Formats: sequence, C-alpha cells, structure tokens
Amino acid sequence: MAETKTYREALREAMVQEMERDENVILMGEDIGVYGGTHLITDGLIDDWGPKRVMDTPISENGFTGAAVGMAMMGMRPIVEMMTWNFSFLAADQIIQHAAKLRYFSGGQVQIPLVIRGPNGGGVQLSAQHTHSLENFYGHFPGLKVVAPVTPNDVKGMMITAVRDPNPVIFLEAGALYGTKGEVEDGDNAVPFGKARIACEGDDVTLIAYGRQVNLCLRVADTLEEEDGVSAEVIDLRSIRPFDEDAIVASVEKTHRAVAVQEQWRWFGVASEVAAIIQDRAFDYLDAPVERVSGAEVPAPYARNLELAAFPSDKQVANAARRVLYMEEK
Amino acid sequence: MPAENGNGENGGAEARGEGSVATSADRLVDLYREMVTIRRFEEACQRGFRQGKIGGYLHVYTGQEAVAVGFLDSFKEGDRVITAYRDHPHALLLGSDPKNVMAELYGRGSGIVKGKGGSMHLFDVERGMMGGYGIVGGHIPIGVGIAYALKYHETENICQLFLGDGAMSQGAFHEAANLAGLWGKDGQCPCLFIVENNQYGMGTSVERTTAMTDLAAKFDAYGIEHEKVDGMDIEAVLEAAERLTEQVRETGKPYAVEALTYRTAPHGAADFFEKYRSKEEIEEWRQRDPIGILENKLLDSDAADEEKLEEIKGEAKELIDEAVKFADESEQPPIEELYTDVYSGEDEYTGEA
Repeated sequence: MAETKTYREALREAMVQEMERDENVILMGEDIGVYGGTHLITDGLIDDWGPKRVMDTPISENGFTGAAVGMAMMGMRPIVEMMTWNFSFLAADQIIQHAAKLRYFSGGQVQIPLVIRGPNGGGVQLSAQHTHSLENFYGHFPGLKVVAPVTPNDVKGMMITAVRDPNPVIFLEAGALYGTKGEVEDGDNAVPFGKARIACEGDDVTLIAYGRQVNLCLRVADTLEEEDGVSAEVIDLRSIRPFDEDAIVASVEKTHRAVAVQEQWRWFGVASEVAAIIQDRAFDYLDAPVERVSGAEVPAPYARNLELAAFPSDKQVANAARRVLYMEEK
Repeated sequence: MPAENGNGENGGAEARGEGSVATSADRLVDLYREMVTIRRFEEACQRGFRQGKIGGYLHVYTGQEAVAVGFLDSFKEGDRVITAYRDHPHALLLGSDPKNVMAELYGRGSGIVKGKGGSMHLFDVERGMMGGYGIVGGHIPIGVGIAYALKYHETENICQLFLGDGAMSQGAFHEAANLAGLWGKDGQCPCLFIVENNQYGMGTSVERTTAMTDLAAKFDAYGIEHEKVDGMDIEAVLEAAERLTEQVRETGKPYAVEALTYRTAPHGAADFFEKYRSKEEIEEWRQRDPIGILENKLLDSDAADEEKLEEIKGEAKELIDEAVKFADESEQPPIEELYTDVYSGEDEYTGEA
C-alpha cells in the first residue's frame, strides 16, 4: 500500500515509526519541540512524546552534537536536527573529529549510531551563509555515511535505514522540497544505503545527480525527448558514502555518454568523483568526455536572478547532454 | 623529611589528611602503590619515547597522580570515565593491564585499542574507560552526553569527566557545561567535572589565558556548584571524591571540582619546559609532590616504613618492566587491521583498498 505524502510528512513518519519501535531513539535540536521545528518537520511530536524524547536544545551545535555522540556511545540512538546544514560547521569538530573516528581509534570498542539530519542546498534565496551543499564535504570522511534522498518515499525509507545503522549518518534533506508530494509506501520501507535509483530509464545519455538536481534532470530528460528525440537515463545517487559505482558504470556501458550534475561548486565535488569512476571503470565504453554541470564558483547570492544563475539550470544540463551527444546546443 | 622507622606494614595507624575522612593505613598504602605505579609507567613511557619506541605525541601525568588516583578510588561498577589525552593513569586505575596499555604506546597489535589510537586514545569500555581524546575540550560534550544516557537508562551510575585548565577556554567546554547545568535541573546529568588544573595549557599559564583565573567559579555561569581541592594531597582528594561522587549519584546533578595540581614533567615529550616556567617554581611544586607528601605521611604515621616503601617501588618497577618487555616483544598489528573498525556492522564499507 502506498499513499501520497509530502517529503516533510514522510520524513516525520519515519522518525515516529522508529521512535515507536525503539525507545533509545530520541530527537534533539534547536526549536524542534515547543516551537515545532523551523521547517515543521517535528511539529507536534513533543506533545506525543514529551521532552525526553523530543528535546529542545540551546543554540549550541557543537555542544549538543557532542552530547549526542556520547549518548550514541551508550546505546541511545539520537536523531539530531541541524536547523540547517550550514550550522553544522560549528559542530564539525564533533562530527568529523569524534563521531567519524571514534570507532577506529577505540579499536572497535564503541559504535556511534547517530543520525544528523536537516535541510541542505539552496534555492530559496537564503544567500551566502545559509546556502551550502555539503555532500562532498562530509562524503570525504571515512567513518561517516552520507545520504541525500530526494523523493518522499526515499526520505522515509532512508531515514528508517539511518536510524537502524550503527554508524553516524549525515542525512542531507532537500530543503527546498519539503512540500513536494509523492507516493510513500506504508510501514517499513527501509531503503538500503549505497544503492542508486534509476529515476528514469533511457538509452542515449546518462544524467547523474542527487538531491533536488535529480528533479532538474528529470525535466531535462523530458525536454531532450521532446525537442531532440534523445532518450536520457537519470540516476539518482541517493547515497554519497557508500557510493554506488556499479549503477553508474552499468548505465554508461549502455549509453556511452554521461553528464554529472551537482548544485555544489565544481572543484573537488561529487561530479568529479563520478567522472573519475567512469574513466576508471568504463573508459572503453565512452563515446565522449564526461561533462560536469555545477554551481557557480561564488558564495550563494541573494537576488533571485543571481541565485538562479548560481545553480545549474535546465538549459545548462540539456546543452551538456547535447554536447556529449555531439548535437547542436540550444 | 625522613621519618623514623615505624612499626612495619599494616601498622593500623590512622592517617588523617586535610579532609575529614579517616583513611586507613592499608588503604593509604594501596593508594601509594597506585601512585608509584603510575609514575613508573610514565617514566617508562618517557624512556620509550626517547628510544624512539613510542611515536606521535606523549603526555605524561607526572606530578598529578593524586588527582586521578583519588577520584577513581570512588569509581563504582557501571560508572564511566572520560578524559583528554593525558590518559594513561585513568586506564590503568580502572584496571587495564599495563602490558596492553604500554603495547598501545609501542604501536602493537596487542595494544589496548589494537595499535590504532596510541597514547591519546586509550579505551577500555568494559571497565568504564570511555576514552582519551586528542582535541582539547572535544570530549567534554561527549562526557555530558554519557552522563545523560546513564540517567536515561535509569542507572545509578555517574560519569567522571576529567578536563584540563586549558580546555576551559574552548567553546566546547562552555556549550557542554551549559547543557549539563540545564539537564541537571531535572536531575538528568550525573556528571562530575574534575578540572585538573596543572597551571599550564601546554606552555601558557592560566593567568595568560583568562582574566578570570578562578576556574571553578566559571561553572557558576551554568548553574553548576563547585569547589576546589588540593590536588597534591591524596587525602584531601579522597575526601572530596567520596563526598562528591555520592552527591552526584544521588542528585543526578552535575558538580565541578577544581583540583590544583602541577605537572612536574614537560607537557609533551619534546617540550623545553623551562622556557615558560622558572626553576624556582618547579622546585616549589616538587616540594609538594603528591607521592613525596604521602610518603612522609606514611612514615610519620608509621603506616609503612622505608623498607615497605622500597618494596612497593620495587614491585611497581617490576610490573612496569614486564609491561615494557611485553610491549617490546609484541608484534605490530596485522596489516589487515588498517581497514577494520572504520564502520560498524555487517555491511562494513571500507572504500577502495
């Protein structure tokens, strides 16, 4: 059975299901309780679960993230809300220097079943300090798992998996998409990490993305079909670490052409990793160099026109696809 | 002050410190043994470092022994301990085998964390040792979370959280203390903060790092009660430890104690410590060496005689010599260990080997 739900509702449903299943699961974060959450993800939950399970914290990212690491070492399973991922830099010491490495430097004596979640990425005119795409940043560190679900069904299923995972999980939500709707499976729809999703099948070119850029790629696939008679395959990576190399390679072996799309800056980004994997493992299948479409190399601007110009556009992606197909740009 | 010979071991004399707890002679002798063992261990580490057998950073506890020995004497099963990188004594006092601890420093597979952490990351979770940590202040929020979890799981246990004076200038300290005070209002944070104020954060004295040098009083800002204790006097520490661990256990509220102590050794093994402190100052503190003070007390009170003290020193040396031998003869970790313990679980992902 499935029902149409918003991304926000699906996310909340996953957390509630896991709280019902395991009393070690608690929610913590700034204004998630009485206030209901800045993005209303946790709205009303404090009424059902009380302040011990839904804990409001001071504005103290490093402190409460570190406390959550300690709780996780003791067998609790905290889900920490970063009001937005932009504030996670304040907690980077706890996330990177502690959560990610504790298991290793304790010689395997502890595990850190911790989920840190919140909205990531731009698109809603929040300007420089409130706009980042941190997949590559957190994806760099061994010891973390990093996921970026884009559909309501995935956000539920991947949150279920995240809570049950015995490792720290960086859960990057598509903040601009909280209100979008989609079919969501009832009950336990746990989605495994490290498995990409074919968002749309095609034969001529592979568009690879994650987060809200997946939706952009799906629109571009429609355009290419209608305007150019091109059949594009869209891969939603879903999970950055672990990374589904096989899905990318299998698709490129079929289409022989690839465009990697990311909202983040071009240098040292996920798209570069995608390109490297393709040249490592599918070089002989390629009929054109891999293209990357990325955000502009500037801090995110405020004005709507500037912001739109700072992120990949439908047109840029469509033209990148046309270039790898040696077709005329439009 | 050399004492006259007493009435031999287990003389039954009661020694009293500045604190109010009557401490039996047997117990004081045991504590003396612990302090001497720790010092021998640290001296062996310094030797190992000079010989190039120990790599990385090395931070020894020499001069501060009474603090860890005194507080961990009040450790109860199920309690947890967390500290920074000056962590050898905490592991040893919780019962970790000196052989495995030394082997860790020697980078051996038989090390307490399999040769993956070294001096700064000693863990013995089964015994309550939740780790040594290398980022100043970084472990403080974690310790507060551990204390919260102990209460969340409805145990009667507490977390002893050791930190240095240097850590108190870190944001992590202030954020964590704030959380502890807040959660403590509901009796949900049984955390005993033990500030090991050894007067210097590396080479910078407390006076040169904060205008408000009363470190204990900083906890006022977070609604956490506090006091100071003479960290060179084992009996004073014992008294504070017994009283305060029980108080934290009963109330579920955090408490802070600043133990005034002194590191008579350098900060790290490669530290020219006379650059930042005078010979006179070091000499003054050495007069108050916790082991020296206790020795005098034991002798004065006839709790032990010179012969007994020599015997204890000899046994400590033997124990540590064995640990060094074990470490030296142990194998390096198997190379496969490089990729283990990165993740937990069956689907462990190790990246490209």
